[in-house]
Amino acid sequence: MARYILRRLATMLAALWLIITLTFTIMHIAPGGPFASEKKLPPAILDNINARYHFNDPLWKQYTDYLGNLLQGDLGPSFKYENRTVNGIIKDGFPVSATLGCLAISLAILVGLPAGIISALRRNRWPDYLSMFLANLGFSVPGFILAGLLMYVLAYRLDLLPPAMWGTPRQAVMPALALSALPMAFLARLMRSSMLEVLGQDYMRTARAKGLSERLAVWRHAVRNAITPVISYLGTLVATIFTGSFVVENIFAIPGLGRYYVASIGDRDYTVILGVTIFYAAFLMLMNFLVDLAYMFIDPRVRLVDRKEV
Amino acid sequence: MQYQQELFTPLNAPELAGEQMGRESPGYWSDVWRSLKKNRLALSGILIIIFLGIMAGIGPHLSGSAYDAQNLSLANRPPGGGYWFGTDSLGRDLFSRVWIGARISLTIGLFTSFICFFIGVLYGSVSAFIGGRVDDIMMRIVEVFYGIPFMLYVIVMMMALDTGLRAILIALGMVYWLDMARIVRGQVLSLKEQEFVLAARTLGAGTWRILTRHLIPNTMGPIIVTMTLLVPNAIFAEAFLSFLGLGVSAPMASWGSLASDGIQGLRSYPWQLFFPAFFISITMLAFNFLGDGLRDALDPRLRQ
Repeated sequence: MARYILRRLATMLAALWLIITLTFTIMHIAPGGPFASEKKLPPAILDNINARYHFNDPLWKQYTDYLGNLLQGDLGPSFKYENRTVNGIIKDGFPVSATLGCLAISLAILVGLPAGIISALRRNRWPDYLSMFLANLGFSVPGFILAGLLMYVLAYRLDLLPPAMWGTPRQAVMPALALSALPMAFLARLMRSSMLEVLGQDYMRTARAKGLSERLAVWRHAVRNAITPVISYLGTLVATIFTGSFVVENIFAIPGLGRYYVASIGDRDYTVILGVTIFYAAFLMLMNFLVDLAYMFIDPRVRLVDRKEV
Repeated sequence: MQYQQELFTPLNAPELAGEQMGRESPGYWSDVWRSLKKNRLALSGILIIIFLGIMAGIGPHLSGSAYDAQNLSLANRPPGGGYWFGTDSLGRDLFSRVWIGARISLTIGLFTSFICFFIGVLYGSVSAFIGGRVDDIMMRIVEVFYGIPFMLYVIVMMMALDTGLRAILIALGMVYWLDMARIVRGQVLSLKEQEFVLAARTLGAGTWRILTRHLIPNTMGPIIVTMTLLVPNAIFAEAFLSFLGLGVSAPMASWGSLASDGIQGLRSYPWQLFFPAFFISITMLAFNFLGDGLRDALDPRLRQ
């Protein structure tokens, strides 16, 4: 197991290094920039800017400097906003995004899993058809469109909820709903097929044969066994939620990290794009890693000593 | 023991006919088609896709207004009166724009799927077939790329490539082939030990010939399912990029860019969101239904 963990860590570091280098290179060769968009600057000022941001250094020096600062946890200044640093932006935005993300994940799990279980137990009857119909719908509507439709119906037409901003619980309802729809649909489908497989196993017949009540058989034996493959999806779930939040935070004007990220793409604020991309990548990889570890402890059948996938 | 003479006379023609197969046994693909035809959801998926394909071809020419013809005095008109889907904020006909968008979105979906097909099949089959160290290294590379969150990688690629249809295709193609490579590799690994490969090798077939004539055709089932499900994924991803301002540039339109334009004026001109949203969703449903149906039809164990 130690070998597996070490190998995973090595792969993670390689992936992280790859994305740092790739993003760094692209940000330096990409056309345009925050200073290109403004009106023509006098050469003296341009020189000052170049000196301040070390643009005159050779690229490899800028790269090693950046890596050095990164190791100390410093992601550098923002180009666009004089008095902001990338660290500051992450510190401001991430807690908001994380709160919204946790809400959405809880919602997805609390609704998606039961829906999948009920669907499997009532296979080919109306609860199954209803929840699979909704799951297919959740699968087919992109997050930003769902957010727009929710806003139109719940805020503009019915006037039930505030259309935007962040801070009160009522303002969190629509964004959490819009963000959780896709993972919820996925969880419901995954749980359903996993349950159907478990329900057909011999040990389920044994459980019933020895006289367990239906409820006990389903809870003790079916759900517990069916839930393990679903856990391995949780890492992807976190990634889906966070990329989804780029869009949802923008539509609902929520001051989260996703919104800053999208704004920095529009502004071509390269240091912010670079820093936040690295932060997201590291965070999501860590999540994936933790989920895999948890999976190993939960499911005794998984022995990932030296995984050779076939 | 007495043998009767008539046991040794040859059968006449009518009696022989009874020994023949009643009809030819159906081939693999006709079997798949038969099972697919019974799946109503998959069948409606096919019909919707055909309809959308036809409309993407002729739709932009039906209303009489070009997709990029601006008329500011007719801006933000609701549907009706010559503008079946209304107009946008620059007075352009949304009906024409929706079908131009269909062209772009479907092109992105199908092309990405084909790019991934070529890269993924080649990479996966070579890796599995050669095996050993080469396989180890090739798969380790895939694993490293897999560790990077997909959308971040696409966004970064888009920054480098600038906007436009070609950039989107390259960026999406560079990301989504990973899944295909893994699936093909798994398939080829399980197939390459089979007797027919040994037979082909004994008969003197080279690596390339075994790959292209024996292994890849036999892995077509899962590949086709993956390709079908990739189409909606790519359309989804493009819509997401459009929303971030990294999609196709004006006056071109994709469903994603139309929908994200529509969101801006949602409060007063909701139809500008509704129409593209409806068509994106129905396309997703159609391809997902078809993909699920194909998966069931191609897997003999799931066939009913």
